[in-house]
Amino acid sequence: MSSAWAQAFSMVFEPYNILVMLGASLFGLFVGAVPGLTATMATALLVPVTFFMAPIPAIAAIVTATAMAIFSGDIPGCLLRMPGTPASAAYTDEAYAMSRKGQAEVALGAGLVFSAIGGLFGTAVLMVSAPTLADFALRFSSFEYFWLVLMGLTCAVFISSDRPLKGLISLFLGLMIACVGLGNPAAFPRFTFGNTELLGGIGMIPLMIGMFAVSEIIRFVVDMEPELEVIDQPIGNVFKGMWQLTVKYPLQILRGSTLGTLVGALPGAGADIAAWMSYAMSKRLSKEPEKFGTGHVEGIVESGSANNSALAGAWIPALVFGIPGDSITAIVIGVLYMKNMNPGPQLFTNNPQNIYAVYLLFIIANLIMIPLGWMCIKVAKRILKVPRHVLMPIILLFCIVGSFAINNTGFDVAVMLIAGFVAYVLEENEFPVAPAILGVVLGAMLEENFITSMIKSDGSLAAFFSRPIATTLGVMTVIVWFWPLAKKLLRRRDAHAGTSA
Amino acid sequence: MRINDAIWGALFIIGAGLVLFHVQGFPKIPGQNVGPALFPGLIAVGIAVCGLILIVRGLRARAAGEGAGGSWVVLPPWLRSANHVAGFLVLVGVNLFYIFAVDKLGFLITGFVYLVALMWVLRVRPMVAIVVSIAMTLVIHYAFYKLLRVPLPWGLLTPIAW
Repeated sequence: MSSAWAQAFSMVFEPYNILVMLGASLFGLFVGAVPGLTATMATALLVPVTFFMAPIPAIAAIVTATAMAIFSGDIPGCLLRMPGTPASAAYTDEAYAMSRKGQAEVALGAGLVFSAIGGLFGTAVLMVSAPTLADFALRFSSFEYFWLVLMGLTCAVFISSDRPLKGLISLFLGLMIACVGLGNPAAFPRFTFGNTELLGGIGMIPLMIGMFAVSEIIRFVVDMEPELEVIDQPIGNVFKGMWQLTVKYPLQILRGSTLGTLVGALPGAGADIAAWMSYAMSKRLSKEPEKFGTGHVEGIVESGSANNSALAGAWIPALVFGIPGDSITAIVIGVLYMKNMNPGPQLFTNNPQNIYAVYLLFIIANLIMIPLGWMCIKVAKRILKVPRHVLMPIILLFCIVGSFAINNTGFDVAVMLIAGFVAYVLEENEFPVAPAILGVVLGAMLEENFITSMIKSDGSLAAFFSRPIATTLGVMTVIVWFWPLAKKLLRRRDAHAGTSA
Repeated sequence: MRINDAIWGALFIIGAGLVLFHVQGFPKIPGQNVGPALFPGLIAVGIAVCGLILIVRGLRARAAGEGAGGSWVVLPPWLRSANHVAGFLVLVGVNLFYIFAVDKLGFLITGFVYLVALMWVLRVRPMVAIVVSIAMTLVIHYAFYKLLRVPLPWGLLTPIAW
């Protein structure tokens, strides 16, 4: 136990690793602060680089970059009224209203300090719950895994969008993509049409670079919005008054962090949804809800901690079950497989030092966020003036080379570009992309556990409900499926009762 | 470009039909009732059912005149701006150019043309575009070819490869 911790410490505090974390921090802060570049995109862009690193520095780069990006996404929200990452969108108007009142430093300070606190809270939950869950999961058979994956995918459809039908189609498309190639229980080449490149399946990394980076660049190229003006006001000491806010809103911080961690842990829903939900909750439960929207810091405190805690929360199902909690961990799972650190309960029993190292990385990332974030706020105005017209082409070329670098094949470049265009068209038509990504990541796992279970039970579906945990998971999944239908029926009956009364 | 849900639904049903037809040819796992056709088959059925609901919804929305007067296809506003159309076309063009030219011309030339063309259509000043493109092509090449040892093609420049 203690030797594993010692090993984790020595891996994390290695000079090379510290250097990687610093570099990733600057990268993350920059990507988050430039509107149109998201935290997920930061992860996707990092993958080709981390591909050449040892496992711990690779994970370190992703953990630090995403934590920083989710914080620095608040900066353009506050000064430009344009969220730097979708996770800041929930309270962008609020932060901007504060800047208009001359309180930009309070808004930015709250974003920074409570991001770090939320991140640390999420990490604490990760440290406590993941090993317990892993213990529990050691007893799972294919039946439990089948239901668990199915429940995860179901959550992704119902939580990540207000349009479950389109989310469901998106999920099906993802699962279909996962079917391509030899990776199925019978190792039969499916949908390859004689193409040898397709035998290994469609590469997950080029697919994700395309869906999360290329689609954003297409959106930028055809964007008709005029350039926004930066609010120019001196930003003083951002830490001033933060202690008072902590004392004034302890409940809000706790509530935001808890909700954020939970939403993060639910598959398919990440920091952005956590922030929206927590901002809405803050407003509903506030003593002064009328102040929301006029430049009131309470909602920023609560949802600012929520989006950073969601980041750590998303790693819980990712590490324990291999089921990503958000689109960032969907990419992370791909990286873990490449590094032979296959997620699952065995990771906790066989290589605990790696898991401890992940905990440490999260703690360090959220601590160094405070000084580095402070520096970033200092130079924020200069970052916001970075010409995106010059930046976007460079990022696109980087995406191309990055996709090529994974397998050294031009085929992956084509996959990335096509995925980017398809994702763009789908999003224009209100098909959410997150369920598709989950489908791609989990397709093989779902099929394998389904087919194994079917063979074990000799084709009887009743066997899927024969073990206690499997039954519980199965019943819960089925309830989630029929929930929207039941809600509709209930509403109709209520309306009916209302008119007849 | 916004396309009416009914058209999406029809497209998905056609796609699902093709998949269902194709998986009929998949073999079974010997001695089992299940095989590689089962899972994609189930997904295809799911897509088809969703497609059917989409068609109903799309037709209803059209009848109700919802969403831009219920037209089949709503073109995006940027299609009316020559600059944005040019941007989109160049974006598609440079990517096709990259895929087909990189092995012959090599990364340095292709990457440079790629960046200059994109920056030109995004209205970056020509001098800036050229200088930044040369510099960034070299930086990316150095980072991936030298540091990460990715075999980026040299193409025409093979004789002077460093």
